[in-house]
Amino acid sequence: MVQLTINNIKVNAEEGMTILDAAKTVGIKVPTLCHLKDLFPSGACRICSVEVKEHRGLTPACAFPIYEGMVVETNSPRVRVARKTIVELLIENHPQDCLICVRNKNCELQDLSETYGVREHRYVGEKKEHAIDISSASMERDPAKCILCGRCVRVCHEVQKIGAIDFTGRGFTSTVTTPYNKGLNVSDCILCGQCILVCPTAALREKSTLKEVASALNNKNKFVVVQVAPAVRATLGEEYNMPLGTDVTGQLVTGLRRLGFKKVFDTNFAADLTIMEEATELISRINNGGILPMFTSCCPGWVKFIEQENPELLGHVSSCKSPHEMEGAVLKTYYAKKMGIDPKDIFVVSIMPCTVKKFESNRAELSEESLHDVDAVLTTRELVRFFKIAGIEFSELPNDQFDNPLGESTGAAAIFGTSGGVMEAALRTAYYKMTGSNLASVDFEAVRGANSLKEATVNINGLDINIAVVNGIGGVKPLLEQIQNGVSKYHFIEVMACPGGCINGGGQPIHQKAEKIQKRMRALYQIDANTKMRNSHENESVKILYKEFLGEPNSHKAHEILHTHYTDRKKILNS
Amino acid sequence: MPIVEGQLSKANKVHTEIFKNYETKDKSALIPLLQDIQGIYNYLPENALKDISVFVDMPLSRVYGVATFYNQFRLSPLGENVIKVCRGTACHVKNSANILIAIENELNIEAGQTTRDKKFTIEVVNCIGACSIAPVILVNDDYYGRLAVKDIPKIIKTYSKKTVKKETGKTPEVGAA
Ligand code: SF4
Ligand code: SF4
Ligand code: FES
Repeated sequence: MVQLTINNIKVNAEEGMTILDAAKTVGIKVPTLCHLKDLFPSGACRICSVEVKEHRGLTPACAFPIYEGMVVETNSPRVRVARKTIVELLIENHPQDCLICVRNKNCELQDLSETYGVREHRYVGEKKEHAIDISSASMERDPAKCILCGRCVRVCHEVQKIGAIDFTGRGFTSTVTTPYNKGLNVSDCILCGQCILVCPTAALREKSTLKEVASALNNKNKFVVVQVAPAVRATLGEEYNMPLGTDVTGQLVTGLRRLGFKKVFDTNFAADLTIMEEATELISRINNGGILPMFTSCCPGWVKFIEQENPELLGHVSSCKSPHEMEGAVLKTYYAKKMGIDPKDIFVVSIMPCTVKKFESNRAELSEESLHDVDAVLTTRELVRFFKIAGIEFSELPNDQFDNPLGESTGAAAIFGTSGGVMEAALRTAYYKMTGSNLASVDFEAVRGANSLKEATVNINGLDINIAVVNGIGGVKPLLEQIQNGVSKYHFIEVMACPGGCINGGGQPIHQKAEKIQKRMRALYQIDANTKMRNSHENESVKILYKEFLGEPNSHKAHEILHTHYTDRKKILNS
Repeated sequence: MPIVEGQLSKANKVHTEIFKNYETKDKSALIPLLQDIQGIYNYLPENALKDISVFVDMPLSRVYGVATFYNQFRLSPLGENVIKVCRGTACHVKNSANILIAIENELNIEAGQTTRDKKFTIEVVNCIGACSIAPVILVNDDYYGRLAVKDIPKIIKTYSKKTVKKETGKTPEVGAA
């Protein structure tokens, strides 16, 4: 323990702590911008400046370790002036677009301006000018709004280990951008949106399709339906100040109905369907000497990554479409026929925790007779904006239930939204398919939790199946290298590009609450535990779908509608 | 992972020759590598940056970021004539800013760029040691001092007529790093 004084308060703090963390323990807030929890301090922005006795200049609290007898002042006039000046300089090199900015009222620069009472423009000078990069289907980059905190760069390099963007140039011309300032669509970016989640301003944001959805809803000739991903129900409440990890499924259904969607379906239905197909594919690969390990294919960020980086390994990726694409495909075939609706008139909207899903829904492979399986993807954040425009007071909404048949789901589907969930759901059904009976306990603790790599060996019918679960795309590289070197011991690997899985997807609510991942995960496991049916193969509507339309899992028909193929994007990017 | 030939671009023979002097994945080799490559091409071609990024195992964005951070590196080839505009203190006092603008306007490019016909490159330097005749520019090896904005078109005309024989294989010494 180290004893120090902060603002005349005696503080006992652990050795190795920074001034920032020590101050926090006694309820003193020091502002930060470039700081990212759990990453090495960068000390770039200096907004966390404090005075330390005997230090000549100001000291960055986020980067400086405490020592015995240290005397710190976090709120002296000198500190306040320094911080205010930094904020003023940032503001003056920033487009003052607050009123029409997508991050209005959720912007750290606004917060700082308010905190330090900036009330006038004291520095007027040249402002940087940049074009907005709208090249990708998922995201926009608006470097004029960038305050060069570097958080996106660090997440992309250090957490995701992609490194699509970086600082370029120096001084006034310094910009965070792609190599040669090209569009994100031709960079190494996988569109995961993790950089959006850490950006303090609107310099990084999703590409919105709200307008397209609104106009479809206004079109009398369109039968507009919506589906909701498993992870959205565990996070949406945060936007309405509900506690982290509140399950808002019932209210979500009501809200979507009030927006005017003809039917409100659940992507969880298709998650069960995915498991039927994927578990069958896995078993057949194991039994027939197919390519192993097999990777899951639900995460389009991961799929884009392997298409770009290791196209030679694409044979390892399951051919299953991701759940919302399966749902769309079933809607435009089976459901359309059953209801007597022309598939051309069905407009499928997916509410997703994810930015890459927008890119995915544009893929030409994911269509039925040249109709896209999914017509538009909205992120959790866009949905909140939609509710707002429509005057829907979410917290006041009563509960409702999903429409059927594409609304029924089991507990196994609920956990698709968290890292380890797809694996667990698949194991439950694979076990059943290989042994003919259900597991006594369906909980696979080994694949739960937020560790970036989770491994286990599961014995089914005397066969040891080695599995791995990766979340955070950077973590998959060593596993790919093992395959390249012919030393991979795994049969089945689940990959989710976002740390923690979809509950922490790039389309989720933006705030820097550290415990969000754990609490959101818990919400999904709770839904699973509370559901009567916990195995995908018990989903009655899925059974009927097979009986009436698809035949068997992995049948010819199922392949036509529920499976896909991949593209060598390395070739495209290098040409 | 060892570097597989196929991962490098087509011009790889030249690059692999240079890479022989360095350890694979040695990140500290980045700047010397950039210097070596520029020594060959007089600038840093995109495929060379890609090859370096594979060799040192760093994302291309980082290699590009470093290449754009230092003034010594150039990302486009030099024109036949290199105009160095001094922006040192003495020249600044003598209004070299206007001289630079005049040259930029005359050639329709900005400092650091090369004209489309590859005739001219403008570079900004920090003092070329000729303060007594400020404001001064250097076109190839010729000094022009005590300049006024109205002198610029004439100077440029002189060089747009001449065809200079191109020297290759040599790094021009450009300004301060
Ligand atoms: S979307 Fe993901 S891969 Fe792309 S720049 Fe952001 S963090 Fe990097
Ligand atoms: S884009 Fe956003 S996160 Fe990235 S450096 Fe700029 S302000 Fe920071
Ligand atoms: S938060 Fe400490 S220097 Fe940026």
